[in-house]
Amino acid sequence: MSDVCIVGIGIHPFGRTDGVSGLDQGVFAVRQALGDAGLEWKDIQFAYGGSDAAGNPDTMVDRLGLTGMQFINVRNGCAAGGSALFSAQMAIKSGEFDIGLAVGFDKHPRGAFNALPSEYNLPDWYGEAGYMVTTQFFANKITRYMHQFGISHQTLGRVAEKAFRNAVHAPHAWRREPVSLETILDGPIVSDPYTKYMFCSPAEGGVALILASEKKARELGVPMIRLKAATMRTRPPHSFEVFAPFVDVVENDSGPRGTASRIASADAFSLAGIGPDDIDVAQLQDTEAGAEIMHMAENGFCNDGDQEQWLAEGRTELDGKLPVNTDGGCLACGEPIGASGLRQVYENVVQLRGDGGGRQVPGQPKTAYSHVYGAPGVSAVTILER
Amino acid sequence: MRAIAEGLFTDDKPPRLVGGRDKTSGRIVFPCPPGSDFDPVALGSEGTLWSFTIQRFRPKSPPYAGPEDFQPWAVGYVELPGETIVESRIVNVDFDALSIGMPLELTFIPLDPAASEPVMIYAFQPKGAAA
Repeated sequence: MSDVCIVGIGIHPFGRTDGVSGLDQGVFAVRQALGDAGLEWKDIQFAYGGSDAAGNPDTMVDRLGLTGMQFINVRNGCAAGGSALFSAQMAIKSGEFDIGLAVGFDKHPRGAFNALPSEYNLPDWYGEAGYMVTTQFFANKITRYMHQFGISHQTLGRVAEKAFRNAVHAPHAWRREPVSLETILDGPIVSDPYTKYMFCSPAEGGVALILASEKKARELGVPMIRLKAATMRTRPPHSFEVFAPFVDVVENDSGPRGTASRIASADAFSLAGIGPDDIDVAQLQDTEAGAEIMHMAENGFCNDGDQEQWLAEGRTELDGKLPVNTDGGCLACGEPIGASGLRQVYENVVQLRGDGGGRQVPGQPKTAYSHVYGAPGVSAVTILER
Repeated sequence: MRAIAEGLFTDDKPPRLVGGRDKTSGRIVFPCPPGSDFDPVALGSEGTLWSFTIQRFRPKSPPYAGPEDFQPWAVGYVELPGETIVESRIVNVDFDALSIGMPLELTFIPLDPAASEPVMIYAFQPKGAAA
């Protein structure tokens, strides 16, 4: 079967843009992607759009044009972007369409995400007692992981330091000033062991990707960026997830537990026919510094505990063995839920085209990997090849 | 004592937590889900700390129903051997003294100590700690 290609990309800068709705940030991204591909809105046959808190994506047709095209809304938590991309890919693979759009945008209020128990099949008391707080879960997960696999506080700090350093060169990033390791480690604690620099913030932004069949992509004469795999998976038994009033007891609790990420990753590598060693650049969900650490292992790039050495040796830096989160990731870009997963793919296309400027990974990368994770145990992975 | 939710604790003195045993697989979950797939089961009152963190900012209301005047609290997961691992406040302990594996026992605390008729939530404390 021929590949599905990404032929156009667009992004509205992440962060805070007062006076511009989430939807209009999505529209901005779509127009940029159309320009990038040399297309007009009327050429787009279908769209899948994701937004968690900024309205129904299909209402974008008001702004972009009433062409009568198919537009399906996707609501899938942090996997919304990945799910939109998966769906768009399948619409082309099936032969139904030749060219379409995956778009995501969001605009969240300041402060922590404000989830309600009923949205997650949980009793009201769970929220009343103060447990509907994502940061609690992330902090609990890394506390146990650090204890089990010998990860230091300093290594958490190095992840955040790298994020802000890379973001200096990413025009779409939110926090583009370097922050010293000392400042990161000594910052105000949000949820132990994490300081405020080690957590990302809810934010705003929009991303659009135009997908086309291989045949259509050749006609357009654009760089061929092939979507070799796009997977979205849910959690396995015994996993430890966001908003968990309990975790299963297991016979041997000394090793890592299964996760949605492990499944999505293994299946994506299987589909693409390559392995972790073949990946040249990766964007891994880093809603907090420890997430990047744990996701390095959950996605098969290293063994649990090896991250301590990887970070100390700079192996995930732009010029390292496996550059990770080259645009500063969620830590520096913030997290507009509907757009965040697509930002990773946008960044990977930039890297594969060699357009990264000051953040370009050297050596003309040929393969790029992206991964998101979210409540209540969903994950989406993509693998791109040039 | 006014519990934060019905069916969360047993009527024993002192109460115990109520989990649910899957009628088919025997798996124990917490809390006990509504419906007929699970039998309510009183969980053990002693366990060990599985992981933890400190909640340093006031969670958003709604849904949080705790006092406006916020003091940080510890929250973690407590392994009840052979049963399940429950999420819980960890109380009557210095934050610096928290460590994975420490023995804990069930206790109950008011969600808002200043309330005239406070609702009670469950918590765990170091074994033998003064309440």
